[in-house]
Amino acid sequence: MSDAFIQVENLNYSYAEEDGREIPVLHDISFEIGRGEYVAILGHNGSGKSTLAKLLNLILTPTSGRILFDGKDVAEKELTEDELYQLRRKVGMVFQNPDNQLVATIVEEDVAFGPENLGLPQQEIRRRVDESLAIVGMTEYAHHEPHRLSGGQKQRIAIAGIIAMLPECMIFDESTAMLDPSGRKDVLRTIETLNREKGITVLTITHYMNEAAKADRIIVLDDGRILMEGTPAEVFARPEILRKAGLDVPQCSALVEGLREAGFAISGDCYSPELCAEAICRYIQEKRA
Amino acid sequence: MKNISFGQYYPAESLIHRLDARAKVILALLYIVCSFLCKNIISFAALALSAVVLVLLSNIPLKAVFRAIRPILFVMLFTVVLNVFWTKGESPLFSWGILTVYPEGLYNALFMLVRILSLIIGTSIFMTYTTTPIELADAIEQLLAPLKKIKIPVHEFSMMMTVALRFIPTLIEETEKITAAQKARGADFSSGGLIKRAKALIPILVPLVISAFRRADELATAMECRCYRGGDGRTKLHVLHYDAKDFLMMAVVVVFGVLLIGLNMLAIGYTM
Repeated sequence: MSDAFIQVENLNYSYAEEDGREIPVLHDISFEIGRGEYVAILGHNGSGKSTLAKLLNLILTPTSGRILFDGKDVAEKELTEDELYQLRRKVGMVFQNPDNQLVATIVEEDVAFGPENLGLPQQEIRRRVDESLAIVGMTEYAHHEPHRLSGGQKQRIAIAGIIAMLPECMIFDESTAMLDPSGRKDVLRTIETLNREKGITVLTITHYMNEAAKADRIIVLDDGRILMEGTPAEVFARPEILRKAGLDVPQCSALVEGLREAGFAISGDCYSPELCAEAICRYIQEKRA
Repeated sequence: MKNISFGQYYPAESLIHRLDARAKVILALLYIVCSFLCKNIISFAALALSAVVLVLLSNIPLKAVFRAIRPILFVMLFTVVLNVFWTKGESPLFSWGILTVYPEGLYNALFMLVRILSLIIGTSIFMTYTTTPIELADAIEQLLAPLKKIKIPVHEFSMMMTVALRFIPTLIEETEKITAAQKARGADFSSGGLIKRAKALIPILVPLVISAFRRADELATAMECRCYRGGDGRTKLHVLHYDAKDFLMMAVVVVFGVLLIGLNMLAIGYTM
């Protein structure tokens, strides 16, 4: 067995219209996500990415194909409540709307909700709550009421609630879509910390280029099919394909692309502002030399 | 509107904050009983004094206490008017047209006012202000735990209460947003008769209810994803435990009740 945590094999999904017609949404999707990897699934509205999220979430069952988590087929047959419970311990989900994920009226009690459900002893819950809040940088808000926090802060609390269950993998379903730019930045930084420092396998489903650019690997979804797969450098080097999928390239890539068209031979990857700045600097220095 | 006092915990350090939540529920009930024991001016004065003491003990600023009282100002006014003009006594204080005011009426009005005020202050100090809603739900769950034996879903009720409390501010915020959105589309909520105004609320209620269902659905999924499967086998971050101070406080309130009964026996002034 390969060291893949999530394996999706020939996944098809179609939903039935009221008049009995089958509307296909996902066509023959296959991909693998390795243990400890950080992968982004990128797609615009209607690309099938929310359907994919629901399938990974086991809210929907695939029409055909297999989904394996940690080598275990979860789509084959209806899981028993116990199997589902074991799976939920390993795979945490963070959703789009932070408001609809928080259960408790005090931050630390919300973070404790998952561990409480696992039936852990009190000291262990305390330890996990404190640790999780520290990871997302919300320790000082432990006794606040969630509805007084900003969207980004609420989302970090939701993430802390999942971390406290010590999952091996976390799936972020459009988790930054409702946040303002600074909230988005905070959440993205948290996701990176989780992956790089805690070794948690991360799958983010998003339509933001800058967010996808932070991943190890990007899977581009269009019209229910995998259009492209590769590192951010590979994916953003082909803006024409992205545009065809109704996606934009990151602003810095677009800038460099424009400069290249205008005759400046800037080389190298430019999908993040840092890389872009470096590439332009390099170019200017070469010109001067 | 975001700062509604209902179910709003006021974080502070105080003796009452540190009491066990179950004890506080029992204390609130005992205090309600106390407020109904009062019969004459002395016992009502003692009740009023006890309410002041409670506020001082709880370290909650007066402003916050007034916030709890504001929503029932109308009820209080109504009670006062009703008592002043409708209590019949022996010798009228003065008459004005068909309205006659007896001294008994004034007493009754004053007594009712003190009773309602101390009821509100007592329950909000003992429960909502000093106890987080979750603690409160936990306390009620544990106090009612014996009912599980006769198959009453106590845990589910307490979970429903917690979730309801959690979503009150969210839904209020949403109502404000929808109201603003409908106003921007030319909806008029402030003119016309009662029926017209009630009808004007429909464009607010329909989206609100739909969104509440959507939220409920998402919340249920999120809760399941966090391994929630009912009350069985759950542990708690905050475990409630009774302390000497809890028993002491309950004893104090019981003694206070007995004292009130004793004060009622003093034949001073009007007795309700």
